[in-house]
Amino acid sequence: MKSVITALTLALAVFLGIRSSVATAEEITGAGSTFVYPLLAKWSDDYSKQTSTKINYQSIGSGGGIAQIKAGTVTFGASDMPISPADLHEAGLLQFPAVVGAVVPAVNLPGVAAGALHLTGPALADIYLGRIKKWNDPELVTLNPGLVLPALAITVVHRSDGSGTTFNWVDYLSKVSPEWKARIGEGTSVSWPAGVGGKGNEGVAAYIQRIKGAIGYLEYAYILQNKMAFVLVQNAAGQYPEPGKASFQAAAATAEWSKTSDFYLVLTNAPGDNAYPITATTFILIHRAALATPSGKAALDFFRWGFTQGGPDAEALAYIPLPPSLTAAIEAYWQANSP
Amino acid sequence: MSGLLVARSEIAARPAVGPFGDRLFRALLIGAALSVLALLGGAAIAIFWGGLPAFRHFGLGFFTRLAWDPVRQDFGALVPIYGTLVTAAIAMITAVPVSFGIALFLTEVAPHWLRAPIGAAIELLAGIPSIIYGMWGLFVFAPFMADHVEPGLTALLGPLPLLGVLFDGPPLGIGMLTAGLILGIMVVPFISAVMRDVFRLVPQALRESALGLGATRWELVWRVVLPYTRSAVLGGVFLGLGRALGETMAVTFVLGNAHDFNLSLFMPSTSIAAAIANEFTEADSDLYRASLVALGFVLFVITFIVLALGKLMLARLAQSEGSRR
Repeated sequence: MKSVITALTLALAVFLGIRSSVATAEEITGAGSTFVYPLLAKWSDDYSKQTSTKINYQSIGSGGGIAQIKAGTVTFGASDMPISPADLHEAGLLQFPAVVGAVVPAVNLPGVAAGALHLTGPALADIYLGRIKKWNDPELVTLNPGLVLPALAITVVHRSDGSGTTFNWVDYLSKVSPEWKARIGEGTSVSWPAGVGGKGNEGVAAYIQRIKGAIGYLEYAYILQNKMAFVLVQNAAGQYPEPGKASFQAAAATAEWSKTSDFYLVLTNAPGDNAYPITATTFILIHRAALATPSGKAALDFFRWGFTQGGPDAEALAYIPLPPSLTAAIEAYWQANSP
Repeated sequence: MSGLLVARSEIAARPAVGPFGDRLFRALLIGAALSVLALLGGAAIAIFWGGLPAFRHFGLGFFTRLAWDPVRQDFGALVPIYGTLVTAAIAMITAVPVSFGIALFLTEVAPHWLRAPIGAAIELLAGIPSIIYGMWGLFVFAPFMADHVEPGLTALLGPLPLLGVLFDGPPLGIGMLTAGLILGIMVVPFISAVMRDVFRLVPQALRESALGLGATRWELVWRVVLPYTRSAVLGGVFLGLGRALGETMAVTFVLGNAHDFNLSLFMPSTSIAAAIANEFTEADSDLYRASLVALGFVLFVITFIVLALGKLMLARLAQSEGSRR
């Protein structure tokens, strides 16, 4: 009996020992956006090699990330959809952008190469509303005088699952089309008036490649990987910038972050001649009170490291690091809000 | 005599251990049986409870409305219910005759050396994960349907009155017809395995007497084998139907996941299982989540009704067979 007690005590001691050793090597937990998951995984891998900090990030979706950080089960949440300052204050949360990406439309049209098709925002909205049904519609023909557009039916492809990619896409359509804003609105999933739904970016990419006459929207990385025939979209300044590092960064730089509170801004339809119109941001959410705790401080250290040294990782994965002016503003925001 | 006495005393001694052991065993068996009932009841109640806010908010309209709008928090279950039933129906229409043919071939027609390999191949089909069927469906089967099958069907059946509307539409390759056919392929192994096993159980004497009376092979099957195995065959069909109703992954790939109501079988739709799998992770409002759980409850009820109907038909058949004898 005595030996059993000794063994149990020993086991408990070992267990507690393991627990405390985990607690000293700081572990940060996060949950949310699937859009940012590849980057956070790469960052945390590199970061844990340089420091003893481990980041455990679960890509459960933006909605889940918001729910988890509000419930206080994770150190930080990640969402592709920003939360309004009023809601942030009510929940005691802070919000800042982490990385910039883009949503790019792509088509499957015989004889139409990548970057050849030009579309305006309102034309995209009309296609997604199901009002423009054929590729040789006069509105599309006048936008593309140099192209021979076939008399093919348009098949709209959208996401079937709720997604931050969808949020940025429909946010853009709402900004450029009053009818879209009134009839459909915006959210991580909406009631689509037309088309088929693919699960995840890979599902949408597969549908576009399978269906002749299809148009769909994808994260930029999937356009690159699958060599899709992307579409050039007219931006707020009337230009047709190529999707890529320069135009995404231009959008992040020309966006008027300084006029917002808590970085409550969706990057779509950014002003600026070279700004890509459907640029997206992933936001990090963290409890204001957590900044006083070791795990909260470790989380900020991690993102500070990401902003200063994670740039090459981000670009390798087709994300765009935040411009220096923005990271400086985020640092000031942290200082102003630390307890 | 003394041997008999010993034996008797042993018999008498046995119950002394028996009652407790028996009772324990009985209690264990009852416990096992009841735990299944409790689990089933618990699951039904839990799903109903989870879906209750949606049922309360939308009332009976939840079952009759086409809308599915997460932005305006307006949810109706008609499109997923319709998609589930239509794809399962297409699956059964294709799978039952094919399974029947496979089972008959394996038990009545095929030479003996061929029966084992073909039987094994069909059983292997049942072991393929459904996501593989989904990917094969999307990358191989859907383009084939779009390029070769659907345009032909439109030309052939499109002009027909009433029926034509089912086959009239753009040949996307992704939609209810493709999903139904893939489901059909997926349930063939289940139905044909049951059919083959029960066809084998037909006594050899019955077969030989039928053949001896001059029955053709067709008459043997139609008049002897099928009547003898009818209830078990129906059981196999309902097993397949149950699987077709709840199949998720493969359907998600090829059904198109659109909450649109279309009569054309070429058009995309959604099923209950696919809608839940697609949307649950990002269902960020309580009513949205409750509506998805409510959909799950509807699927639960549909499956329950199908199985209950199956049992009822089996009971009727058994009854009519009993009266005939």
